Amino acid sequence: MTQALHKSTHAPQGGITLASAMPWIISTVVLLVIPFVFTSNSAITIMNQMAITIIFALAYNMLLGQGGMLSFGHAVYMGVGGFMCVHVMNYVEDYSLPLPLPLLPVFGGLFGLGLATIVGSFSTRKAGTVFAMISLGVGELIAACSVIIVVFFGGEEGVSGDRTYGLPFFGVEFLHQIEVYYLIVFWLILSALLMYLFSRTPVGRMANAVRDNPERAEFLGYSARWVRFFSFCASGFFCGVAGGLFAINYEILTEENLNLVQSGSILLITFLGGVGFFFGPIIGAIVFTLLSTVLSLQTELWQLYVGALFLATVMYFPGGLAGVIMMHWPAFRLGNARMLVLPYIKTFIPCLIGILGTAALIEMIFHLRHGAVGDEEMTLFWTTFNVHAVLPWLIAIAITGAAFWLTRRNIPEVVDAWHRANSLPGAAT
Amino acid sequence: MDLILVNLIDGLVTGLLLFMLSAGLTLIFSMMGVLNFAHASFYMLGAYFAYQISLYLGFWMGLLIAPVIVGIAGAGVERYGLRRVHQYGHVPELIFTFGLALLIEEIVQFIWGKNQMPYSPPEILQFTLFSIAGNAIPAYKIFMICMSMGIFISLLFVLTRTRVGMVIQAALSYPKTVEALGHNVPLVFMGVFGVGTALAGVAGVIAGPVLGTFPGMAFLLGSIVFVTIVIGGLGSLWGALVASLLIGWITTFAASYNVAMADILMAVGFEQPIDLSESAWRDLWSLTLPQIGPILPYLLMVLILVFRPYGLFGKRDV
Repeated sequence: MTQALHKSTHAPQGGITLASAMPWIISTVVLLVIPFVFTSNSAITIMNQMAITIIFALAYNMLLGQGGMLSFGHAVYMGVGGFMCVHVMNYVEDYSLPLPLPLLPVFGGLFGLGLATIVGSFSTRKAGTVFAMISLGVGELIAACSVIIVVFFGGEEGVSGDRTYGLPFFGVEFLHQIEVYYLIVFWLILSALLMYLFSRTPVGRMANAVRDNPERAEFLGYSARWVRFFSFCASGFFCGVAGGLFAINYEILTEENLNLVQSGSILLITFLGGVGFFFGPIIGAIVFTLLSTVLSLQTELWQLYVGALFLATVMYFPGGLAGVIMMHWPAFRLGNARMLVLPYIKTFIPCLIGILGTAALIEMIFHLRHGAVGDEEMTLFWTTFNVHAVLPWLIAIAITGAAFWLTRRNIPEVVDAWHRANSLPGAAT
Repeated sequence: MDLILVNLIDGLVTGLLLFMLSAGLTLIFSMMGVLNFAHASFYMLGAYFAYQISLYLGFWMGLLIAPVIVGIAGAGVERYGLRRVHQYGHVPELIFTFGLALLIEEIVQFIWGKNQMPYSPPEILQFTLFSIAGNAIPAYKIFMICMSMGIFISLLFVLTRTRVGMVIQAALSYPKTVEALGHNVPLVFMGVFGVGTALAGVAGVIAGPVLGTFPGMAFLLGSIVFVTIVIGGLGSLWGALVASLLIGWITTFAASYNVAMADILMAVGFEQPIDLSESAWRDLWSLTLPQIGPILPYLLMVLILVFRPYGLFGKRDV
C-alpha cells in the first residue's frame, strides 16, 4: 500500500481552475438530477444510504489514506454523533426550540469532534499498531457501554426520534424520502468539499508527510503527534456529521451503529475503494452499497463473496479500485488506451465467466448441504435444475474450468499490451 | 472462602485458555511485527475440525489431528498470503489478517451453518472430580488446566533449551544475522506462524466442548486475546501468561460478585433518589460489577497503553 500511498493526489499549484473544479460541478449536477432518473422509493433509500456511507468513508480515509492511521473503532464517532443528534432532536421537540433540521448534523459533528479530541489526546501519540490497538480498545469500550449507559444509548432497543418536529424549513417538512435526499446531498457536497480542502491545507499536506516519514517530518520542525491529532479531530467531526445524517435518515440509532462490525465494514469499504486517492472511498462506498443491496437480495452468501473480494484486493490491488483506475492514466495520456481494449476483452470476459462459475459451484454446494430436505431444485442464472443430478455439476465445472484456462492463456497478451501501451512510441521495450 | 477457590479454578481455566491463544499471537508478533487478527479464527477452525473428526474417530484423535491441520493451514496463510502482503507494509498486513478473520467466519458458516455444533467432552472425562462446598468441579476442567500447563512448559523448554528455540530467539532480534549464518529465516517464520496457529487450534479443540462451537466463537474471544498480549507486553511470553491469568481472574471474579454501585455510593454518603427513572444518573445507581465485568479488560488495556505502552513485561514499544 505504501506504493499506492506515495502516489497520492498531485495538487495543481495555484488557484482554482475550471479543470480542477470540473469533477465537483459534474458530480453536483449528477447528484441533483439522479432522483429524476431513479424515482422509486427503494432507489432513493439506497442513494441516501450511499451518500451517508460516502461521507463516513471519506472521513475514515482522512486517517487511513491521508494520515496513515488504521482505526478499528471508527464507527464509534459516527455512532455517538448520531446518538447525540437524536437526543438533540427529541430535546428540541420537547421544548419546541427553533432549530431547523438541516442544521442538526452540525451538532453531530461537534460531538464527534469532542469525542475525537478526548480520545485523540492519548491515542495519536503513536501511529501504526499502538494507534490501531487503542482505537480497538476504545471502540469496544464505548460499544460495550451502550448496554450499560441506558440514559444516553438507550440500551438494547436504542434511541429513536422524529425528524418532522418543529417548524417547516422553507416549507419543507422532511416527510418524504426525497426531501431527506436533498438534505443529505447538500451535506455530502459540503463535507466532501471541506474534506478535500482540508487535504490541501498545510496540515493536510503535513499529514501525508507524517504518514510517509514521521522522523523526517519531525526534523523539519513539525510535531508528528499534533499533525496526527488534527487529522484525527477533523475526521471525528465529519464522522459525527455522517452520524447526524444517519439519525435524520433512519430516525433510530442502536448498538449496531457502534460495534466492531460497523467499524470493520467502513475499513473494508475504504480499502476496497482505494486509500491512495481522495475519490477512492467514494467509489468504495458506491460499489459496496450496491454490492450489499443487490447481492444480499440474490444470495445468502453475499458476505462470503465480499470477504473474498476484500482479501483479493488487499493481496493483489493494494491501491483499491481507484488505484486500478489510475493505473491506466499514463496509457490514456500517451493515447495508447486503445491498444488495451481488445486484450482486456479477451481476458476479462472469460475471467468473469470463471468467477461466476465458481460462485455457481459454491451456491450449488451450499444448497446441497443446507437446503431443506426434499428441496432439490434451485434456480441459478435464470435456469432451474436439480442439484442432486450429475449433469448440472458437470456443466458448471466444465464452464468454470474452460473459462479459467482461457483466462490463463490470454494473460501474457495482456501483459504485453500493457507494456506497449505504457511505453513511448519508438522507445525500446 | 469456598467461592473464592471455585472462582480461582474457573479463572485459571479461562486464563490458561487465553494464554494458549496469546502465546502464539505474541510469538508471531515478535517475529514478524504483525498482529494476527485472524488468530482467534484459527482457534475456531480448531474446534470445528476437531468436531468433524470426532464424529468419525472420537475426541482424542480430534485433539491430535485438528491442531496439525490448523497449523498447516496457518503456515499456508503465511507462505501464500502474508508474505505477499508484507512488501506493502505493516498496515496492509493488519488489514489482510482482518479480512482473513472475516472470510474464515464466512467459510465456517458456509460449511457448518450458523447453529451451534453438538460438540461435547469425551465420555471418559464426564464426571465430577471433586467438589468444593457443593460446587462440582468437572474432570474436564482439570484436564484443560493440565493440558495448557503442559503446553506452556513444553513451549518454554523448546524455546529456551533446544537448538531450534535458540535459532528462533536469535531470528527474533537479528533476522539478517541469522540468515547470514545460513539459517532459512523465512522458513523459521513460517514454522512459527504454523506452530502459533496450531496452539490456537489446540485451544479451540479443548474449549469447543465447554464454550460452544459456533461461528461467533472467534469474534467473542478475538479482541480479548489482543487485549491480553497488549497488557502483557507485545512479544513477551511471560507477560502473555501473567496478563492471561489476570484477565481470566478479573472477568471470573467480576462475574460472580454482585457488587452494586448503589451500595458503594450510599456507603460514601450519597442519597439514593427516590424516583430512579427520572434521574439522569440512574445508570450509575443501577450499575453492578457483573455488568461492567466484560469491559474491564478493555479499560485495563487503554490505561496500560496510555500510561505504560510497553505493557507489563514488554521490553519494546508496541
